[in-house]
Amino acid sequence: MKYMLLIHQGNTPLPGSPEWERLSEEEQKSVYADYQAINQTPGVTPADVWMEAPETATTVRVEKGETLTTDGPFVAVKEALGGYLFYEGDDLDAAIELASRIPAARMGGAVEIRPTKEG
Amino acid sequence: MTTARNRAIDRIRRDRTLATKVRLLDVPETVEDDMDETTIPDERLELVFTCCHPALAIDAQVALTLRTLGGLSTEEIARAFLVPEATMNKRLVRAKHKIKAAGIPFRVPPAHLLPDRLAAVLAVLYLIFNEGYGGRGDLAAEAIRLGRALVDLMPDEPEVRGLLALMLMNDARRDARFADGEVVLLRDQNRSLWNLDQIAEGRTALERALALGGRGPYVLQAAIASLHLEDPQDWAQLAALYGELARLTGSSVAELNRAAAIAEAGDVEAALAVVERLELDRYHYLHATRAELLRRLDRLEESRAAYGRALELVHSDAERRFLEQRLVELPD
Repeated sequence: MKYMLLIHQGNTPLPGSPEWERLSEEEQKSVYADYQAINQTPGVTPADVWMEAPETATTVRVEKGETLTTDGPFVAVKEALGGYLFYEGDDLDAAIELASRIPAARMGGAVEIRPTKEG
Repeated sequence: MTTARNRAIDRIRRDRTLATKVRLLDVPETVEDDMDETTIPDERLELVFTCCHPALAIDAQVALTLRTLGGLSTEEIARAFLVPEATMNKRLVRAKHKIKAAGIPFRVPPAHLLPDRLAAVLAVLYLIFNEGYGGRGDLAAEAIRLGRALVDLMPDEPEVRGLLALMLMNDARRDARFADGEVVLLRDQNRSLWNLDQIAEGRTALERALALGGRGPYVLQAAIASLHLEDPQDWAQLAALYGELARLTGSSVAELNRAAAIAEAGDVEAALAVVERLELDRYHYLHATRAELLRRLDRLEESRAAYGRALELVHSDAERRFLEQRLVELPD
């Protein structure tokens, strides 16, 4: 089974923010180490880019042929996509296990697991 | 006798049609190919864990379990849960599609996942049972049947036996719980209406669970149910068991029951102190219990107010009439 794991940061402290600076050096290191371990897990294809913060997003709609752009993500900033990766594993349980090791899942965010199929 | 025979025939029929049931779920083909008489028990267990996977909504877990393991038709399930058949059908189709599309595994979970996943299975069975306990008896019987099957499949799991014991003992009092549509308190129940065979079977299941070292929430609840069937009840022991249950599950309802047991054991003041600490303002039993304790302490005005609050929150007509009666009986 192939899955896309969508990482929603929620309230997760992000590097560069004051909340992140309040974490101990040890906690900061463990976040980086955990992401590295995730990316090296067999079956994982990490995203090859980092997504900039959701505040920098622009959302586009077309109504009656007119293109409308608005500042910010489609959903609320707290609910916006913060990152993603692809995973090929045996079943949903394997994907859940991987998702539960993603730091955002325990730091105030959540991970959505979406099964994918060949287009 | 006829009932027992029909039940046995049902069981055989259900086992025979299991292959069809598995096909309903659209599980991987290899599984269906392996389907023969000897492998059926294990695969039925796998089916249980698939139907009760936490990635499915709880109402879908319940519906799938009844449909694929309980052998109820979609129409029967819809009727039991008071939703249109089309709604129930949609729920089932959606759940089956998710099992396939999301890759929900068809297997007994590995050891490190088993406690959580088994708890999910037991929660589904207990939910089905409680739907039935509230009046729809056919669902309670179905939950007990599924509980017995699960004991056969996982004979070494004390919590499975604990749940079966709990269901059997609670269900054994079903005919005595209402008289002319009115709630009858345990202490006023006509014991000749209790199903003694079922109580004995429940106690045997409880003993086995305890012998297996079971001290989990269902075993505790079964032990509590068993003590409630004794006359007189050992309220001190009941208070201790409710305390252990509250500690284990963090359940305020268990704590409320502990308070009631403490009161029955004789210490009404201490019981009221426990009740006052609970944050269950939306729960009518809290206010009903508080009202009763205040009455016993002769704090009648406060008792009246608490009965009033309980009446604002109660849903069932039978329980409403019961509370109204208690309120009327309060001395001026």
